Amino acid sequence: MTTPGSTTTAKVRKDLAAGFDVAKARQDFPILREKVQGKPLVYFDNAATSQKPQVVIDTVHEFLATYNSNIHRGVHQLSERGTEAYEQSRKKVQRFINAAESREVIFVRGTTEAINLVANSYGRQHIRAGDEIVISAMEHHSNIVPWQILCEQTGAVLRVMPISDAGEMLIDKYEKLLTSRTRLVAVVHVSNALGTINPVHEIIRLARRQGVPVLVDGAQAVPHLKVDVHELDCDFYAFSGHKVFGPTGIGVLYGKAELLEAMPPYQGGGDMIKSVSFEKTVYNDLPYKFEAGTPHIAGVIGLGAAIDYVNGVGLDRIATYEHGLLEYATEALSAIPSIRIIGTAEEKVSLISFVLDGVHAHDVGTILDHDGVAIRAGHHCTMPLMQRFGVPATARASLAFYNTKEEIDVLVRAIHKAIEMFG
Amino acid sequence: MDDFYREFILDHYKRPRNFGTLENPDVTHEEDNPLCGDRIRIDLCLNEDRVADVRFTGEGCAISTAAASILTEKIKGAPLERVKAFSMEEMLEALGVPLSPIRLKCGLLALKVLKTGLYGLKHWPGEEE
Ligand SMILES: Cc1ncc(COP(=O)(O)O)c(C=O)c1O
Repeated sequence: MTTPGSTTTAKVRKDLAAGFDVAKARQDFPILREKVQGKPLVYFDNAATSQKPQVVIDTVHEFLATYNSNIHRGVHQLSERGTEAYEQSRKKVQRFINAAESREVIFVRGTTEAINLVANSYGRQHIRAGDEIVISAMEHHSNIVPWQILCEQTGAVLRVMPISDAGEMLIDKYEKLLTSRTRLVAVVHVSNALGTINPVHEIIRLARRQGVPVLVDGAQAVPHLKVDVHELDCDFYAFSGHKVFGPTGIGVLYGKAELLEAMPPYQGGGDMIKSVSFEKTVYNDLPYKFEAGTPHIAGVIGLGAAIDYVNGVGLDRIATYEHGLLEYATEALSAIPSIRIIGTAEEKVSLISFVLDGVHAHDVGTILDHDGVAIRAGHHCTMPLMQRFGVPATARASLAFYNTKEEIDVLVRAIHKAIEMFG
Repeated sequence: MDDFYREFILDHYKRPRNFGTLENPDVTHEEDNPLCGDRIRIDLCLNEDRVADVRFTGEGCAISTAAASILTEKIKGAPLERVKAFSMEEMLEALGVPLSPIRLKCGLLALKVLKTGLYGLKHWPGEEE
């Protein structure tokens, strides 16, 4: 019972008990059969972008190969099919995040554009000199810089909720930041650099009490947890298709209909208008008011396929399986004496940021790459957070449901190699 | 990979030469690589038209630290004209390891700091910013 072989069998049995067959899931992702440096690819950079299942690749291919067309304008067959598939994807997103209506789902380029849309449209309409916007110390640059630009333009002030050494938001400090001057709260649901799952429910509830709207950056949450915007009661929710097994270049801004309706357009052009004359232009209804120009049709249709795929696997099963991976990896990495894990929150997704004594994160990344292990090394677009932890950069292994404990073993062996080399 | 992290590079990383700062430098310049947060500062003391002394500080990966260490060895005591003519190719040859496009920035950071410091340039010629 104590031989390594039987331990593995026991592990597999436990995973199967959770109703999840990782070997089967891996077959859905053609890239996982690739070799890197002659070694099997161990892809631990899922927080940067996730891999794509065959069905997403095929769906995009099918659109481009058999019914490629522009949407919302042609009266011909192809355009009708394209429009139908595009709008079906919107309904899929609506159900996926449990939005009340499909017109609350705006297709954008990604999380970054979603946040910029809110900053430019809602922000410029509602935020004035002396007003305050509250973010947290663990935001991605894309949830910092748009607000800084807005503050520069309006004279508003950015307030930053501090976090603990474990990488958890300090809610009591946050409560004190909510004042009569607060006009907006913008926080990350799951941190891309620490893995922390933040108590957005509580953050929204406290803001709501003061009548302050909340934007949630869900880029790293959507691939790992069931998100329910209705239950969260958030005003805006942003995520990127490419991090949830869909194509790059497509993302979603969810917004409450009454807010979106009152907001001015973000970009002007085709599709976002009802009628144009040189005297007066009448804007289109939601969601088209915010979708100027020809959108990324292939991307939207691909995202719909990705959502179907994730639903098929089941986010509950994904979360259970990934939690097992997180526990296994945390234990294995913690056993390495010269390692320091950055981000030790109680609630985490399957993501581990770490620094090694005497080995720079870049060098860790390069050495791991030679063993076929792809991780991210750097500041993860969270420079203020790196400063908070007093490190210039970290190495980050971010896991998805198609990763395995055996792959974590490969990672650990490669880390030992790095330590030996630099020792 | 043993190619990449050769003893020579690791030695310069673990025991960097000319590490530290100078009291009254004639030239001091610091830059970071915004992609990765590596940071290098170089101080120079000049004597007529020679580099009388040089020191560097900062934090970075093995490649950027070793490159800075090697560079200071190369230019210490050298005529200024020679230092100004020191090329990217020479820097890479001195490192002696093949660098991927991304790691190239690490390998050339110290040289960039040296040149921008010497010329008082805002940007390095040829670098889009
Ligand atoms: C937490 C978080 N927010 C925002 C973004 C930006 O996403 P995108 O680059 O897809 O717009 C990322 C991506 O790295 C992220 O991890």
